[in-house]
Parts: sequence; structure tokens; C-alpha cells
Amino acid sequence: MSLEKLKETVAKVFHEVDVVIGYKQGFDPLHATPCFITMPEQVDQLIWNPLCVQNLTSYLPFLKKKVGIVVKGCDSRTIIQYMQEGLIKRDNIVIVGLPCTGIISVKKVLHEIDNQPVESITFRDGGNVVVKTIKGQKTLSLSDVCPDKCSTCQYPTPLIYDHLIGEPIKSDKPPESVYEDIRKFEKKSLEERLEYWEKEFDRCIRCYACRNACPMCICQDSCIAETRDPHWMSQKLTLPEKFMFHMIHAVHLAGRCVECGECERVCPMGIPVNKLKKKINLEMKELFGYEPGVNLEDKPPMYTFNVEERKIEEYKL
Amino acid sequence: MSVIAAKELRIIGFLCNWCSYGGADTAGISRFKQPTDLRIIRVPCSGRVDPLFIVKALLNGADGVLVSGCHPRDCHYSDGNFYARRRLEMLKRLLPFIGIDERRFHYTWISASEGERWQQVVTDFTKQIHKLGPLHTKTEVRVES
Repeated sequence: MSLEKLKETVAKVFHEVDVVIGYKQGFDPLHATPCFITMPEQVDQLIWNPLCVQNLTSYLPFLKKKVGIVVKGCDSRTIIQYMQEGLIKRDNIVIVGLPCTGIISVKKVLHEIDNQPVESITFRDGGNVVVKTIKGQKTLSLSDVCPDKCSTCQYPTPLIYDHLIGEPIKSDKPPESVYEDIRKFEKKSLEERLEYWEKEFDRCIRCYACRNACPMCICQDSCIAETRDPHWMSQKLTLPEKFMFHMIHAVHLAGRCVECGECERVCPMGIPVNKLKKKINLEMKELFGYEPGVNLEDKPPMYTFNVEERKIEEYKL
Repeated sequence: MSVIAAKELRIIGFLCNWCSYGGADTAGISRFKQPTDLRIIRVPCSGRVDPLFIVKALLNGADGVLVSGCHPRDCHYSDGNFYARRRLEMLKRLLPFIGIDERRFHYTWISASEGERWQQVVTDFTKQIHKLGPLHTKTEVRVES
């Protein structure tokens, strides 16, 4: 049982660090919430199941103490990216890695059960989820309710860890599938694409949840979307402002987005915010052979340059 | 106005202080004829050009954006245009994804002595923008002239 082993490892780890961040049960059976362990009795609160969705590494750059952290495969890329950018020190963190077989999207589950309050949720072997509500119970397939990132996951086992719970697993998804949606979208005409984005961004309520949840959005309180000097954006709720905000978010993550999908997960309006970043990532891979958060020795492409760029040619008019 | 008979469009040019702005100046001093659609914004270096400047311009009513800096290896600050090259290339590839024709944005390198080249670039780019016509986004705030 990996939960027992996780508790055991965390109990060992939290003596060497100030706090261990893991998951515990949230306000209802469908939600897991971050858990900060500083005392031995808190270890029993820990849970590990497909509900452990949140990318806990977002806390790391702001914690000044020594931290232990529980990470899934996709989350571990954030840690590598942080280290590439010099935001955290390896000596200050202890990583407890968990090979992950896929998580579930709370939004998709709620959609399946007509947004009824959940009474209980059980995970069966063979990738099934049984959700019980007052209306009755429903069996869902894990592959139907997983976030999009899981259906193309390339890194189920953490790429960096101090302790690994269980055996490392390999991805069975083809690497070409990762950017399939982007390539499909690019087949549309320019007008269709512009219309698509105008329609999507028009729904934006500028709650900035995507920015706040994003682990790579490290400007935080000095975000240019909120500064008034220089005045990049007004507080008007007009389409140009919303469009501009999402472009700021995308361009600031150029070659840095680890595709954890947190922005899309927290968006209350269901805007596909991750799509722009994935497109930039695809280009970065094509231009510089760079994938964010995979190799510690790499440098984010926007932080550096080559005198001779092999792939960039001067445009002719 | 022989180059373009049609109505003027809005084109924004970000020019590096040390080379391209000088190049445009040289063209002016040599009295080379140029279309008048371009509004020049002088920046200290092409490395100062945030890709978001271009996005902001395009979303707020510009029909085309031109960025010009010193030739690679000629930068006054030694490596500003190398960084700019990567950023601008990234944006050039992102623009069609949000439905804006990438031909509306052009970046190039022009030195202070290349007045003739400046004339050529401005004329060709203005022609290209006129061929594409005004950029119609719902986002634009257009003031009729």
C-alpha cells in the first residue's frame, strides 16, 4: 500500500525539514486540499489517490525554510524549472516522489453527476471511479474524467526525487500526441482562430485565478497586469483588456510553462488558457529543442541566446 | 504620395536608437521618398522591445508593426539584439495562433548608414500592410479620421 509507505516516509522526512507539504481530505469527498505537516500526529491526515490534483510546488519559491514536498510526475517538472531559473535551492527541499497513474478532473466529474453534492467516492482497481450522490451512484471510467494533461502524460514518474514511493512507471502515451490538439487547431483559418479566441476571452472575468495558481507566475504582487506605472492595462472589463491579460500571461511563460494545467483547472469560466502556452512550448521545442522542466542542465531559451541561431532565418518582405 | 494611393493605415515602428533610427534619419537626410503610414517610436535598443509592445499595438488599433535594430554582432550594448531576435521570433510564430496574420509584424536589422535599405523596408512593409488591409479585431478602438 503506497499510502502507508508515504506516511512512513513523510514521518521520517519531517524531522529533517521545517514543514512537509502533502495532500489531505478537503471539505467534501471530491476535493483534496494541501496539508502542511509540522507535527507527528498530522501524518495520519495524509491521503494519496487520484483526487490529489493540485500542484503543490507553487509554494516553494515563497517558503524561506527547509521544506519537504510530495510531488507527482508532472509537478516534479516545476521543481526542475525553478532550479533552472535559480528560484529555489536544491539543498532546501526534500522531494517525496509518487509515480502517478492519472488524476481526475473535479470539473469533469461534477459535470457527469449534474453538480450534485458528493456523498462518497471510491476508486476501484481497473481505472473506475464510483461516485455516490443523493441521486444514486455512478461509475465513471478514470480515463474519461482525467484532465487533458493526463491523456498525453509523458512523465508519470517524478524526474527528480529524494524518496520514491513505489516502483517507477513508464508512460504508454506516444510523444507525438502531446501537441495534437495544437496542430489540429492550427488547421483552422486565421479568421476562425481570431473569432475563437475573442469568444473564449470574452467570457474572462479577470479574476486572475489562472495567474495566481500558476507555479511559474512568480512576479506575484508586482504583476504588470496590476501595476499602474507603467500602465499596461486598465481595470475596464473590455475585450482588449482581457485579451491583453492572457497574452501577458502567455508571453511571460514563453519557454517556461511546464504544462501542469493549473491555469485551466482553476478557471471558473472554463477558458482553455493553457492552449496559448502549449503553442509557445511547441515552438520552443521546434526552435531550440527545449522542453521546460525536463533537464536540469538546460537554460530557458528566453534567458539566453546563440550568436548564430540555426533555426531563425531573416524574413524577406 | 505615389507609393500608396489608398487611405493611410496605422503602422508602428520600434527603432533602435543606435542603428535603425540613424538609418531612418540617413534616409531622410538623403531625401529618399517614403510612405507616411509609419509612426516611429525610438527605443534604446531592440532588446528593449517587449513582445507585448507589439501585441498591445496590434490589439489596440495598429494594422502593422515593424521592429528594427542593429545587425547581429553590431549591438551598442553588445547582445541586446540577440535576445530580441529570440523573443520576436517567438511572437512571430505565436501571432497566427491567435488569428493575426504574421505578415503584419516584421522585424529586421538596419544599420545607421543603410538609408537606402531603410527606404526599401518601409516601402515594402507598407505595401504589404496595405495589401492585407486594416486589421479587423473586435478589440480595436478605432477613431475615424
